[in-house]
Amino acid sequence: MSRIIISRRGLLVAGAASIGSAMLTGCDPLFDEASMRPLLDFGQLMSLRAHRLLLAAQPLVREYTLADISPDFPPNGTERPDSDSYFDLVSSQFADWRLKVDGMVNRELSLSLDSIKQLPSRTQVTQHSCDEGWSAIGQWTGVPLAHLLQMAGLAPQARYIVFHCLDELEEGSFYYESIDLFDAFHPQTILAYGMNGEALPVQHGAPLRLRVERQIGYKNAKYVTRIEAVDALGPIAGGKGGFWEDRGYQWYAGL
Amino acid sequence: MSERAAIMAVGATPARREIIYRHSVLVRVTHWVNVLCLAMLLMSGLKLFNIHPALYWGNYGYPGVPTVLAIDGMLDQETGQPVGITRIGDHNFITTGILGVTYDSDGRPRRGAFPLWATLGSGLALARDWHFLMAWLFVINGTIYLLAGLISGHFRRDLAPAAAQLAPRHILSDIWNHLRLRRARGEAAKSYNLLQKLTYLVVIFVLLPGMVLTGLTMSPAVTALFPFLFDLFGGRQSARTIHFITANLLVIFVMVHIVEVMLSGVINLMRSMITGRYAIRPERAS
Repeated sequence: MSRIIISRRGLLVAGAASIGSAMLTGCDPLFDEASMRPLLDFGQLMSLRAHRLLLAAQPLVREYTLADISPDFPPNGTERPDSDSYFDLVSSQFADWRLKVDGMVNRELSLSLDSIKQLPSRTQVTQHSCDEGWSAIGQWTGVPLAHLLQMAGLAPQARYIVFHCLDELEEGSFYYESIDLFDAFHPQTILAYGMNGEALPVQHGAPLRLRVERQIGYKNAKYVTRIEAVDALGPIAGGKGGFWEDRGYQWYAGL
Repeated sequence: MSERAAIMAVGATPARREIIYRHSVLVRVTHWVNVLCLAMLLMSGLKLFNIHPALYWGNYGYPGVPTVLAIDGMLDQETGQPVGITRIGDHNFITTGILGVTYDSDGRPRRGAFPLWATLGSGLALARDWHFLMAWLFVINGTIYLLAGLISGHFRRDLAPAAAQLAPRHILSDIWNHLRLRRARGEAAKSYNLLQKLTYLVVIFVLLPGMVLTGLTMSPAVTALFPFLFDLFGGRQSARTIHFITANLLVIFVMVHIVEVMLSGVINLMRSMITGRYAIRPERAS
């Protein structure tokens, strides 16, 4: 094994040279290197741990009044799933649509939209913040995820809840997202079938979407069709816990 | 500072050049860590701005909502030429080449609010990673600086204006000396003048903490715990706007700071911020 000895002066010169060359090209060649990944991941871990510590008492996000609802609400991601099967679902008012709850649960569930609407519901007017910087305010009505998970009964080894969606944001890649149990059992984490007093519109994820209010836009999966309890995210799709996560975005998006 | 300043060496030459120990090691280290943090926070922040180059006021904001500031690049309808437009309130300014549309080293126009060379992170995900990592370093570094400054008496001794400095005549002469670019000598050079003190106090206790608080207001997790942040800044989008404005004020501060260093002796001041040692220019013989 070879050892490389770098003098302090050598390091300074090398550092200055690499910063200099990086400045000429917008810094990216220096900072995009995979060697920086562990440092950036460490930063993500710090944010997650700090937020979990601060939010240990599970406070609710601010809820607004109906008068605060924004005049418009831009849709994130897919605005209309392109498949024939989704076309059929919409044209039949989701009569044949079922939400599956499976994975590490004691009882697998298969629920129709009507039966979900019979479950206890929560209505909340909250702020939706996109990682791009814009935000909007909307009212959501749905069933608390905690209630569904209690119906199904989580197995003790379950650590994450994965949301599988009907839309392919990229050819061959269905949208999916995941949260851990800390967020899954938060009272404002709901599966919404209503928006601003009406049925959830197609562009916002009809018939059912996730609202995870302490995280930003892309965590709020739309067109949810299956909820899976798992002990690890690695085996699913790209292994990072979500469509955007598989493309370099942060799994924890509370900031 | 003068009461604690250790006189490191007194020149034996007739020039009477006195070297004082000006900056503690803690001030020097936190200063340079801060330089790194602010540079990378600014560049990654400009990248984040470029992703959605519009600022709003209030709780919500998205395309279609009136903007406080918006920067866009478009093609002129008549000539087909790229035009950069910066919109402040209701007023449009053509900023082609600087904002909205900039030219790369080959002279090709590129659409984007701030030029690529000023940004860090090839995409939104990476810019966010850098911004938040450096924000952690900035907050840890700043906390160490603040605690040390309070405990050691640095703020009280070196930054709090002395009673005599607040006399109207003194204030006017300070401003006059600044305008004439006249630098302090002798005893007066051993402490900051009033304008320096006030500027540093505003930066340390208003602008930098303001950056942190407005940044935190954009986190839906942090505001779950501290919803009063929305009230403090007038909503999430207002906080984003104030974050941007405050960043601009810090850039202005840094530019003035650098110009002042240039005018007051780069080598002496750089040495004082690296080794701590600062040479006092003797009083003019009168």
